[in-house]
Order: sequence, then structure tokens, then C-alpha cells
Amino acid sequence: MAKVKVATVWLESCAGCHMSFLDVDEFIIDLSKLVEFRRSPITDIKGFDDVTVGIVEGSVGNEEEKEVIEELRHHCKILMALGDCACFGGVCAMRNTLDKETVLKRAYIDAPSNYKGKIPVAPGVPELLDKVYPANQIVKVDCYVPGCPPEPEAIKFGLTELLAGRIPVVPSNIMRFD
Amino acid sequence: MASKTIEINPITRVEGHGKVTIQLDDAGNAVSARFHDTQFRGFEKFCEGQVFQEMPNLTPRICGICPVSHQLASAKACDAILGKELTRPAKLLRELLHKAQFIQSHALHFFHLASPDFLLGFDSDPATRNVIGLIGADPALATEAVKLRSLGQTIIKKLGGKKVHMNAAIPGGMTTALSAEDRDYFLKQMGWALADAQLAVKILKEYVAANADMVNSFATFPSAYLGMVDKDNNLELYDGNLRVVDSKGVVLEDQFDPSKYLDIIAEYVEDWSYMKFPFYKSLGYPGGIYRAGPLGRLNACTGIKTPVANAEFKLYKKLSPNGLVEGSMYFHYARLIELIYCIERTTELLEDKDITSTDLQVTSNKYNEQGVGVVEAPRGTLFHHYWVDETGKITGVNLIVATGNNNAAMNRSVYEVAKQYIKGGKVTEGILNRVEAAIRCYDPCLSCSTHALGQMPLHIQLRAPDGSIVQDIYS
Repeated sequence: MAKVKVATVWLESCAGCHMSFLDVDEFIIDLSKLVEFRRSPITDIKGFDDVTVGIVEGSVGNEEEKEVIEELRHHCKILMALGDCACFGGVCAMRNTLDKETVLKRAYIDAPSNYKGKIPVAPGVPELLDKVYPANQIVKVDCYVPGCPPEPEAIKFGLTELLAGRIPVVPSNIMRFD
Repeated sequence: MASKTIEINPITRVEGHGKVTIQLDDAGNAVSARFHDTQFRGFEKFCEGQVFQEMPNLTPRICGICPVSHQLASAKACDAILGKELTRPAKLLRELLHKAQFIQSHALHFFHLASPDFLLGFDSDPATRNVIGLIGADPALATEAVKLRSLGQTIIKKLGGKKVHMNAAIPGGMTTALSAEDRDYFLKQMGWALADAQLAVKILKEYVAANADMVNSFATFPSAYLGMVDKDNNLELYDGNLRVVDSKGVVLEDQFDPSKYLDIIAEYVEDWSYMKFPFYKSLGYPGGIYRAGPLGRLNACTGIKTPVANAEFKLYKKLSPNGLVEGSMYFHYARLIELIYCIERTTELLEDKDITSTDLQVTSNKYNEQGVGVVEAPRGTLFHHYWVDETGKITGVNLIVATGNNNAAMNRSVYEVAKQYIKGGKVTEGILNRVEAAIRCYDPCLSCSTHALGQMPLHIQLRAPDGSIVQDIYS
């Protein structure tokens, strides 16, 4: 049987969802027999090609992240939002009560340890969007595995269901939002 | 031939994405290099208005690779706001939590990320030069790697309910006691854990012996060094004073109280990166560039309190006449010496009679106006500083994060490697991997996830001054 092609990205996030994915420990070895990872942190593949499953960790908070999720959506049949940032905006969306200039000014000009502060600008860095968005406010999302981060068991469940051809609905015993 | 800029993008995250640009002169040699952090979230602003007790739960979300460091620095800042001394058992349990994180993080970095370069080769096939390739090449070693990381993560889960973003350290103490049963189980694991760490040292030393010229010339440059020490200037990771030495070994700061960090450290801002550039104030910027993390700590301290690690530390000190090791590749060696120390220290902590005590909490209704919490994170010294109003609401936050300490040094390292290897405008995949390796030495959080999983993906474009692509290289 041909391996199922999977691509994963992280956008605005802490990388904790990918860490929790690693915490499935030896399951990753079994998984590597069923799945071929295309563009993902676990491979050296840079560009996107067509895959069955796309997995997104993180919210969308700058121009570059918006481009990446749109490209992933274009290339995958099923898109899974992994973790609270991708599902709901998460901790990153806490900046949505403020305008972006205020947030940047605090970090790069007003913070007491700064020396000759200034705000970084494009093209050196991507420009922030006015708000931070969950994945489904930018592109269509097909299924959700929430949690901060999702339990390793929930990630394992989500992938196992997808490989069986079903859209995963995480059961209560392995589902937690914290 | 016109000058060109090489862009390496993406280098995947510092909780997001980074890229490298290298400027070439007319002859195609590197004249400058920059490492850009391209993610910004704004914790310092959006935490304002929260009650300070929330901070040890919020700030671990800065980094899913070292959430324990943020929770501990945050809880220590909150302890200072409460103005209370912790109970001895709470201090012991916090240190156990901290050591567990070092074990998982250092083991992961060496085995999953760095060892493919050493075991499979810098110029080996990039398609298999990663952890999956390692599983194929040496399944027994890969199994030990998974086991050692899992041991650290399991201790964290026992103390905080989860492996990532645990709820363990809180203002005034810890949430969860350690059972005698769990203590006994963990104690039984320490023998093989130490053997695994010593195996890693052996692998690294064999590589260094066989490639001495490359290792000794790789991103080797003088800098100042920063690290936490105990009262006798031994290596300390959870609670101690700071020590800064200059590139000649002269002690610039001796037993410096970390709560006064603003007196000695400032952050420069470059408009091309979201990551700031901390420096030692009295030497200015960029003269005051220092290195933190394993190399910084071992260059700043004078000894290690546990026997096996200290024996290795003495060998490390002999690498240079003045005991200061300048080669970035030796970060790996320093990291593994710390791994040994953390396993030995975990054993000591587990054997302490107070480690299963339930006397884990103190509190107060009176709040000091501000509090500073400082710990050594796996990647360097981490500073949390909060200001609160009389109701305990946060009015100000200042953070200097571990990877940031090495920002200027990583930029310098990328430049050194680019200068050494890029000649006449020729860029090969092998050179690409060496540029990655320069960053990887520092185990920065931008490669955290990548180092967990294998090769850091890079994309280099050679562009002409008008922006047209001259050459496209994928690793």
C-alpha cells in the first residue's frame, strides 16, 4: 500500500504541538511506515507538493504566515488544525485587544532593557497583520485537534482516524483544552 | 561580477520562522551575514492587566521546547513579588523539574539533531542526514535517544500533569508532591541514563579527534561569557548569582545579584530582526557581545559539584591554555557535560529525604511592586521581570529570553562560516549544511522543533542586485 503523504507547518506558535507530537515516542517509528512526510520540520523538503493531509500548528499573525497556510491549503485534501492557536487563536490572539503598533512599541522601544530601540520593518521581517487569526478564518479547515498542546494520545488518535479514512472527533477521555 | 545577496529562508522557527542573508562582494566572497528572526507575538504587552499569579501559566507558551524554564523564571519573579522564601521541599522539587527539562532538552539536541552530522557526516546525503536516517543506521542508539528524552518528559509530567505546558511551579511553591513510588522508579532509571550520556560524550570525542582541524576552526572567535554560579563559583542552573568573564578570562562581574540585571545588560534592536541583541553594558554594542548557554556557563564557572561531570569538565578546561573554549562546535561538548551533571544531580535530589514532602506552599497577601526571576534555561540565562499594582495586576513586563543572549554570537558564527567556506560565489549543499551547523551549535529555540525532528530545512537563493534569482539551492 502506498504511504499517505502528509505535510506539517508551524505558524505563530511555540512549537509545543510539534513537541507533543514527538511525545508519542515510539509510535513515530510505526507511523513512518504508513506515512510519508513531505514539507515538514522532519524533512528537508522546502516547497509544497500535493499531499493528502496537511497539519497546521499555530495561528496566523503576519503576512508570511498567511502565505504559508494558503499554500498548504492549496496543496492538501484534508487540513487539520492542531492545537489551540490553530483552532482558536490561542495565547497569540491575546494581542487582539491591542493595536499592533502599541504591542511593537512596548517590545522594541519602551522595554526597560532596550538601548536605542526601534521597530523592525519589512523586508528584514514580515509585517504583522492587524489581528491574529485562527486557521479557519483564513482558509477552510476540515478537522480540529485542540489543546495547549494536544495530548500525545489525542494527536495519535487524530492521525490514526485520518489514516483509516475517517474525520477525527477527539473523544472526551483524551481531550483537554489546557 | 556584481555583488549578490544569498537568502536562506526558511530556517524554521524561533516559535516561528527565521532566515539568513549573506552579502557577497564582487569576487563572490561573503562580506556580511545576518540571521533574522521573523516572528513576533508581543507577550511583554499583552500580559499587562493580568493578575501576576497567571504568569507562570501564560509564559511557558512562549516556548514549547523549554516551557519549564519560563514557568520557573516566572514563578521566581512571583515569589519575589510575594516577598516569601520557599520551603526547602518546594525548592528541591523545582530543581528536580528543572533538571528533568535539561535532560530531555540536551539529550534531544545531541541525539536527534547534532549526532546525524557526527555519525553520518556533514556531507552525507541530506535525504537521510536526520533522525529517521539515524533510526535506519543505528536503531539501538536511536532507541536510547527516545528513552532518555522520554525519561525527562515523564518526570515533568509527574510534577505538573503534562509533558508540555505543565502546571508545576506556581507563586510560592509547587502544585504537586512526588510520591515515594515515583521517586523509587525514577531512581532506578538513573544508571542507564548516565551511561547514555557518557556514550554521547564518547561519540562526540571520537568525532572531534578525527576532525580536529575542522572543529577547532569552526566559528571560533573571542567573546565574553555569561553564566549562573553557586557561592563557590561552581556551575548552577536553578538559583544562584551571575558571573561574567571577558575574552581573556578576566572576571567582569563576580557573584552579581541577578535581580539587578538591568545594571549590566541592555538589548540593542536591529530593524531587520524581531530578536533583540543583548550585550554587556559597560563594553557597549557590539563590543559587549557575550555567549550564554552551555559554552558560556562552562567558561564562566570554575567547577561542577558532581564527580563524573567535574572530571569531564577538567578535560574541557584543558582544551585551551587559559581555560576559555572559543570554538562554537564545543557547545556540543559543554552541553553533554551539563547533561551528565543534570543526571547526577537528579539522583542526589531523588535521594534527599525532603523530596517527597508535601510542605510545598507559602503565600502572602502583600505584594512588592516588582519581582525579578532568573534561571539558566538549556539555551542560556532567562530573565523575567514583572511590575504589579496594589491589587496584583501586572503593569509592566520585561523579558530577556535564553536564545536571545546568543543572537549576536549566532550572527557572528554564520558570518565566520560563510566567510570560511563560500569562495568565488560558489555555494553547495555541503556549505549550506555547515551554515546550518553554525546556528545549530547554539541549539537556538528557532531550531528547537527542528532539532527535535531532524534536519533544519534551508532554502538558499542567490540573487542579483535587481532581485532576479541567479541560483536556487535546496538542501
